[in-house]
Amino acid sequence: MIEAEDLTVSFGRVAALRGVSFHVERGGSFGLVGESGSGKTTVLRVVAGLIPDWGGRLSLAGETVLARSPRRFHRRLQMVFQDPYGSLHPRHTVDRILAEPLAIHRLPDPERRIARALDDVGLGPAFRFRYPHQLSGGQRQRVAIARALVLEPEILLLDEPTSALDVSVQAEILKLLVRLKVERGLTTVLVSHNLAVVAMLCDRIAVMREGVVVEETSVSALREERVSHPYTRQLLAASRGYDPALARRDL
Amino acid sequence: MSVDAWLLAEAPSSRRQARLGEAYRAWLAFRRKPLAMVGLVTILALLAVAAAAPLLATHSPIAQDLAARLLPPGTAGHLLGTDELGRDIWSRLVYGARITLVIVTMVVVLVAPLGLLVGCVAGYAGGWLDSTLMRVTDIFLAFPRLILALAFVAAIGPGIENAIIAIAITAWPPYARLARAETITIRESDFIAAARLQGASAARIVVRQVMPLCLSSVIVRVTLDMAGIILTAAGLGFLGLGAQPPAPEWGAMISSGRSYILDQWWVATMPGIAICVVSLGFNLLGDGLRDVLDPKQR
Repeated sequence: MIEAEDLTVSFGRVAALRGVSFHVERGGSFGLVGESGSGKTTVLRVVAGLIPDWGGRLSLAGETVLARSPRRFHRRLQMVFQDPYGSLHPRHTVDRILAEPLAIHRLPDPERRIARALDDVGLGPAFRFRYPHQLSGGQRQRVAIARALVLEPEILLLDEPTSALDVSVQAEILKLLVRLKVERGLTTVLVSHNLAVVAMLCDRIAVMREGVVVEETSVSALREERVSHPYTRQLLAASRGYDPALARRDL
Repeated sequence: MSVDAWLLAEAPSSRRQARLGEAYRAWLAFRRKPLAMVGLVTILALLAVAAAAPLLATHSPIAQDLAARLLPPGTAGHLLGTDELGRDIWSRLVYGARITLVIVTMVVVLVAPLGLLVGCVAGYAGGWLDSTLMRVTDIFLAFPRLILALAFVAAIGPGIENAIIAIAITAWPPYARLARAETITIRESDFIAAARLQGASAARIVVRQVMPLCLSSVIVRVTLDMAGIILTAAGLGFLGLGAQPPAPEWGAMISSGRSYILDQWWVATMPGIAICVVSLGFNLLGDGLRDVLDPKQR
């Protein structure tokens, strides 16, 4: 479904991506993990078409992605952003936020689609005419997910969808994403620095550092700690929490 | 179910109900601000005076009576006195409200959308379009406003309509600057990225996503500019390029009263008070509107 080969991106003189390749099969779920600044979000933005200048080859569902993509391309691919406080227009009601993509693509029967989208993410009709500032973080992220899914995309990109949320809300959103993924057979790419989140949602992962993929592995291998690259081991150790003995040894 | 309950329903059942409820909530919030209400009442009063001018005026605004010139306020039959040609100042003020309203509305209708559009397009597009639009704006900003308006009026001929066009042409650049600055701060935000990802065209993003966010600062700026607009119109009138005598334009009335200001203070003061009250009214109204238009502030 997604074939990326040798993606490169530079911001000024800084090379953000230095040749990243991966592929995700239809219905698969791919995780990108790594520390801040490792380039994982940049990969996602290149796939989403939000970064104008990049090098390499990228194809989605067999179609080569060009610098300027036609409108129908957008129906196949949507994204959920990290910060639910910044990704919803502050002056638009939930209704308008969901109606906008439908109007752009002139999809029939927007009424029913909006109601269903809200229902799918566990928000009742009561939320339809609220403004984002009247919603909690988790509710906002649900609206963002509904907005992404209202166009019925095949590919869903998730940019740390839970990292800005409270721990108890994180679990709910993750469960929701898992359910929607199964129900709709979505192909997903998840970016996170949290291995637990990635393990819950993905079957294959790539570990990124300084703009390159250092290791690609499956989640089961990760669970059994069959990883080869030292950086992946460090990440694993970090995900188990702070271990004073380990910290001392590393020093 | 009462109308009130229907309007304030937590979960409106239709888009129309939601929109009406929204407007009603805005009105309730607006009503709680005493100063904004003062502004609203002032502007409504101005509208009422302009509409009912023939009923309120005690004399013709242009009829001269040289026997009764420069009468002080309170003289029988002349509530606010008379000017240097014996015209009743109250009647002139009442009719002048119409001219003021026309000037203010026309300038706002021309200026705010133009400035908003230029600023938002420049800010969102960036690159050469931004540079071009902003250099044009700079050129307009570089000239003193009255001088530029003078040049335009001189070129297209005197008269109130041309004065309005001249003022509009010279008043938009600050709005464009303001809108551009706001646009740049929101251009990179995630909700704009989300709109691009949905396949929205640049025009759609500017109109539907960017402009609503720039609107509130533009509204405030417009209401602050109101006094300046009235005075620029007056300045043009004074130079014989705006409202032509004997039209009872407030600014022109001040200009003509200037020569008598030491001995017959009321000739210039009365229209001055009118301009002051109306400008203040617009200011207070605009301030209240800004808060009410932002759902977060309510």
